[in-house]
Amino acid sequence: MPDLYDCLIIGAGPAGLSAGIYAGRARLNTLVFEKKQIGGQASLTWGLENYPGSVEDPTGPKITARMREQAEAFGAIMKHEEVKSVDLSGKIKKVITNKGTYEGKTVILAPGASHIRLGIPGEEEFTGKGVSYCATCDADFFTDLDVIVIGGGDSGLQEGLYLTKYCNSVTIVEMLPELRASKILQERAANNPKVKIITHTAVEKIEGQDLVEKVILKNMETGERTEMPVQGVFVFAGMKPDTDLFKGLVDMDQKGYIKVDEYMRTNVPGVFAAGDCRIKWLRQVVTAAADGAQAAVAAEQYISENFAE
Amino acid sequence: MIELNAQNFEQEVKNETSMPVLVDFWSEKCEKCMALMPEVEELEKKYEGKVKFGKIDAQKDRRFCWSLKVMSLPTFQLYKNGEKVEEITQDVTIDKIEEMINKNL
Repeated sequence: MPDLYDCLIIGAGPAGLSAGIYAGRARLNTLVFEKKQIGGQASLTWGLENYPGSVEDPTGPKITARMREQAEAFGAIMKHEEVKSVDLSGKIKKVITNKGTYEGKTVILAPGASHIRLGIPGEEEFTGKGVSYCATCDADFFTDLDVIVIGGGDSGLQEGLYLTKYCNSVTIVEMLPELRASKILQERAANNPKVKIITHTAVEKIEGQDLVEKVILKNMETGERTEMPVQGVFVFAGMKPDTDLFKGLVDMDQKGYIKVDEYMRTNVPGVFAAGDCRIKWLRQVVTAAADGAQAAVAAEQYISENFAE
Repeated sequence: MIELNAQNFEQEVKNETSMPVLVDFWSEKCEKCMALMPEVEELEKKYEGKVKFGKIDAQKDRRFCWSLKVMSLPTFQLYKNGEKVEEITQDVTIDKIEEMINKNL
C-alpha cells in the first residue's frame, strides 16, 4: 500500500466505478470507497434498459458488477469502508474512514443521491413494516399483496412495473397532473393490467397496526380525501444528494448539489465531483459514467501539472 | 452463522438465554444484504461466545418473516432472553449493527 495515493474516489456507483476504470487505465494508484453496496442506486434497479449496450438481460446488479470487475481489472481497489470525514484543504487530501486514514493527490466525489423521505405521518413508523425505498430488496414480501408506489417519474414507473411480477396490484400515485416518466414506461404501465395510475393526488398519511394497512389519498384539485387499503408503500418521489460530509468544503447549490466546471473540477484544486451529486439536469447511469471518465482524466492531468517528479 | 427458519427459530432464538441473538434477514436479491454479509461474519468472530449470530433467508421463508413483522431487507433484530429488544432496517451499516450489539451486551 502506498502512503500517498494518486486518486481517492468516494462512492462506487456508476460515476465512481467509471472514474476507477479511467484512473486505473491512466495507471493512477486508485482507491474507491463505498459504505453500501458496490454499484450504488443502479445496483438496486432491475431494469437498466437505457444504458447503451445493455441489450441482453440488462439488470442493474449485473451491469454494475461488470463495471466493478472492469475497474478492478485496471487496478482500482475497492474499499468497503464508510467515509467519516475528509480534509480537502491542503495539496495532500485526506479521507478518513471507519477503518483508517488515506492520503491522496486528488479526490473524486461520487457519493450519489438517495430517495428522499416524504416526511408524511406514518412513513417513519412503518419503514420496514410495509414502507420501502427498494423494490428489488423487498418485492418478495409483497407477493400477492396490494401496493402503492409514490412518484410518477422514471423510478416510480420502472420500479412499479418490476413490482407487478410479485404483487396483486400496483397503484402509482403522482402529485402532478401528469406522469413525468419516459413515454415507453408510460406505455408499458398503461398496458399492464396490474397497474393503476392516479395523478394529481398526494399520499397524505400511512396507517396500520404493526404493519401498513392503508393510505389516505388527497386529490390536489378538489381536496377530497379517500382511503385505500394497501399492504405496501414504495417511495420513489424525489432525490437528495448524499453530500452532507462535504458541506462547507466545496461549493454547492442550496439543495446540496456540488458545483463543477466541464472538467468536473470543484472550486477546490485537486477535488472533482461526478454523477448524481453534482448540478446537472439529467441524472442517469450513462451521464454518471460520462462524468466519472471526465473527472478521472482531469485528475490525471492535474497530477501531472502539480506533482511533477 | 446459524441458518434460521420457522422450524428452529423457537429453539435457537426464543429459548436462548445464555447470550443475545442477532438475526440477519437477507436474500440473494438484496444487494445491500449481500454487501453487508462478509462484515457481519467478521463481527460474528469478534463477538464469539458473547453473541449468537443467525440468518433467515427471506426468499425461502416469506410468511415466517411476516410473522416476525419483517417486510424489508436488510433488517437486523436483536433478541435477549427470547424477546426482541431492538431492530434496525433499511439504512443499515455495520457500525449501526455493532452499536446495537454493544448496547445490549
